[in-house]
Amino acid sequence: MKRKETARVISQNEIAAGIMSLRLAVTFTDEMKAGQFVSLFSKDGSRLLPRPISVCETNREEGTIRLVYRIAGTGTKEFSMLQPGDTVEVLGPQGNGFPLEECTGRRVLLIGGGIGIPPMLSCAKGFAELPEEKRPAAVAFAAGYRSDDTYLLEELQEQAPVYVSSDDGAIGTHGTVLDAMKANNAEADVIFACGPKPMLRALKAYAQENGIDCWLSMEERMACGVGVCLGCVTKTAETDGHSHVKNARVCCDGPVFRAEKLDLS
Amino acid sequence: MSSQNIVSPNMEVEIAGVKMKNPVLTSSGTFGSGMEYAEFMDLSRLGAVTTKGIADVPWPGNGTPRVCEVPSGMLNCIGLQNPGVDVFLEKDLPFLRTQDTRVFVNIAGHEPDEYYRVIERLAGVPGIDLLEINVSCPNVKAGGLSLGTDPKVLEEVTRECKKRATQPVMIKLTPNVTDIKVLARACEAGGADAISLINTLTGMKIDVERQTFVLANKTGGLSGPAIHPVAVRLVYEAAQAVSIPIVGMGGIATWEDAVEMMLAGADAVSVGMASFVNPTAAVEIVDGIREYLIRHNIDDVRKLTGAVH
Repeated sequence: MKRKETARVISQNEIAAGIMSLRLAVTFTDEMKAGQFVSLFSKDGSRLLPRPISVCETNREEGTIRLVYRIAGTGTKEFSMLQPGDTVEVLGPQGNGFPLEECTGRRVLLIGGGIGIPPMLSCAKGFAELPEEKRPAAVAFAAGYRSDDTYLLEELQEQAPVYVSSDDGAIGTHGTVLDAMKANNAEADVIFACGPKPMLRALKAYAQENGIDCWLSMEERMACGVGVCLGCVTKTAETDGHSHVKNARVCCDGPVFRAEKLDLS
Repeated sequence: MSSQNIVSPNMEVEIAGVKMKNPVLTSSGTFGSGMEYAEFMDLSRLGAVTTKGIADVPWPGNGTPRVCEVPSGMLNCIGLQNPGVDVFLEKDLPFLRTQDTRVFVNIAGHEPDEYYRVIERLAGVPGIDLLEINVSCPNVKAGGLSLGTDPKVLEEVTRECKKRATQPVMIKLTPNVTDIKVLARACEAGGADAISLINTLTGMKIDVERQTFVLANKTGGLSGPAIHPVAVRLVYEAAQAVSIPIVGMGGIATWEDAVEMMLAGADAVSVGMASFVNPTAAVEIVDGIREYLIRHNIDDVRKLTGAVH
C-alpha cells in the first residue's frame, strides 16, 4: 500500500537567492524515476494542500532524495526553515517521469527553464545509472536563467555540456533557451524539457519543425496530487483515455507528456 | 449508561434503507471512483464511496487554474469534469462493485432533463446502492446551484427524480441559501429518501500582486476545515426541519469533527477534502469514532445522531 511517510531532513542550504536545496531520507528511492515529483506537507494546519516539488537527484544507496525548489509562498518558506534532523511529511514518488528508455543511442537535449532545471539534472543522472548499451549517444543541457543566479550550473556541467541563456543577458546567450540552442548549433534527436509554459510552447513548435521527439513536463496548480480531484488538468490535443475529454491529469497522467499530445495554444 | 464497558459498539447505520457497515463515507469529487485511494487503503473499511458527479455525456469542466489553497481550506472550480455515464458504467462501476462497500453515485446536470437521463440510464443497474443528486454545484452555470435554491423547483425536481429512480434518492444541498430548513423540507415533500449537506460555499481569491483572479472561473467552492462550523450549524438546522436521514459533510478532517456532525443531527458523515491532506483520513475517522464510543461507553453509533442538548 502507498502511504504518506515522515521523512528526515539530512541537509538544506540556499544555493541561490530564494533557491533551496533540501536532502531528505525516504523509503521509496528504489522506485524513483527521473522527472517524478514528491508532495511535501506543511505542519501548519492552515496550509493543508500538498506542495508538489520535482526531484533533482536520487541517491539509492543512501536512501535520499534531493529537492531544489524556489521559495514561492508561505508553504515553501516553511520548508526552507527545515534543519538537519527535522522531519517533514512526504508522499511519493508521484507522476510518470521522463522516458529515459526512448533515448538509447540517440542525441538528447535536456532543457530546463528556471526552476524547471532541477529535474533535468535527475535525467542526466538517470542516464548514468543505465547499463552502457542503453545510454544515449550524446547528452547536452540547455539551461535558462533569469540572470546570473546560475544555481546547479556547475553540477550540470559535470554531467554534460550546457548551453546557457539568461533573460537579461548577464550570462550566456541573452534571451531564451531556444536562442542559446541556436547560438550553439545544438542538435538533438530527443528533447526533454521542463519550464514555463511559453518556453514549452516554443520547444514544441521547434521540435515539430525539426522532426525531434519531444517530451514536456507540465506544471499546474494541484490539490490532491493523486488523480482524484481533476484540479491539475492540462489540455490535450485528442480525447484522453482516462477522462474521455480533452484534458489529462498532470499529477498522475503526467507531469511528462509527449509534446504532440498537448494542446498548448 | 450501563456500568459494563462496551467492547464492540455497533457501528452499522442505515441511510434510506441502505445498510452500511459504519457511518463514514467519502464525498463526491474528492475520491474519484475510489481507484486512486484503493492504493492507500482497503475501501471495504468505508461505509460507502460516493462517486465523482456523473452526467449524461462527458463534460470537459472549466479552464485552469481550477484549485487554490486558502487558510484551512481550498477553493475549486473543477466544473464537474466527468467521462459521462456510459464510461462510468463500463469502467468505474465494475471496479467499485469488487470493493465490498456501498456505492453512492453522484449525478450532475445543467438542467433537469440531463439529471433524468442519467437516472433512467442507472435504473435497475445492479451494484448502485443510492443516487445522490447534485443540485448544488457552484461551478456550473444554469444548472446545479440554481435548481437547489428555489424550494418549488427543488421539490418538483426531487419528485421527478424519484419517479425515475429505482435506487433511493438523496438530494445534496447547497449552503448558499438564506434558510436551509425550507430547502430541506422541499426535498422531503418531493419524496427524497435522504439529504446530504453541505456542498461548498461560494468563494473568491484574488492575486493582489497581479491584480487578477486566482481561479479561471473567478469564483470557486470553498471546502475544508474552514467551513466545518458552518456545516455543523446547517446540519443542525436541517435536522430540526425534516425526519429523513441526513448525511453531514463539510470540513470533516478528524473523528472529533465526525462525532460533532452526528451530534448535530447527521445519521452518517462524509469525508471530503481531508483525503487530499491525508489519504487514509476516512478510515482513521472510522477507528476514531469506534474508540470514542468505547471510551464513552456508548453501545451504538446511532445514539450519537442529534444527541446534542
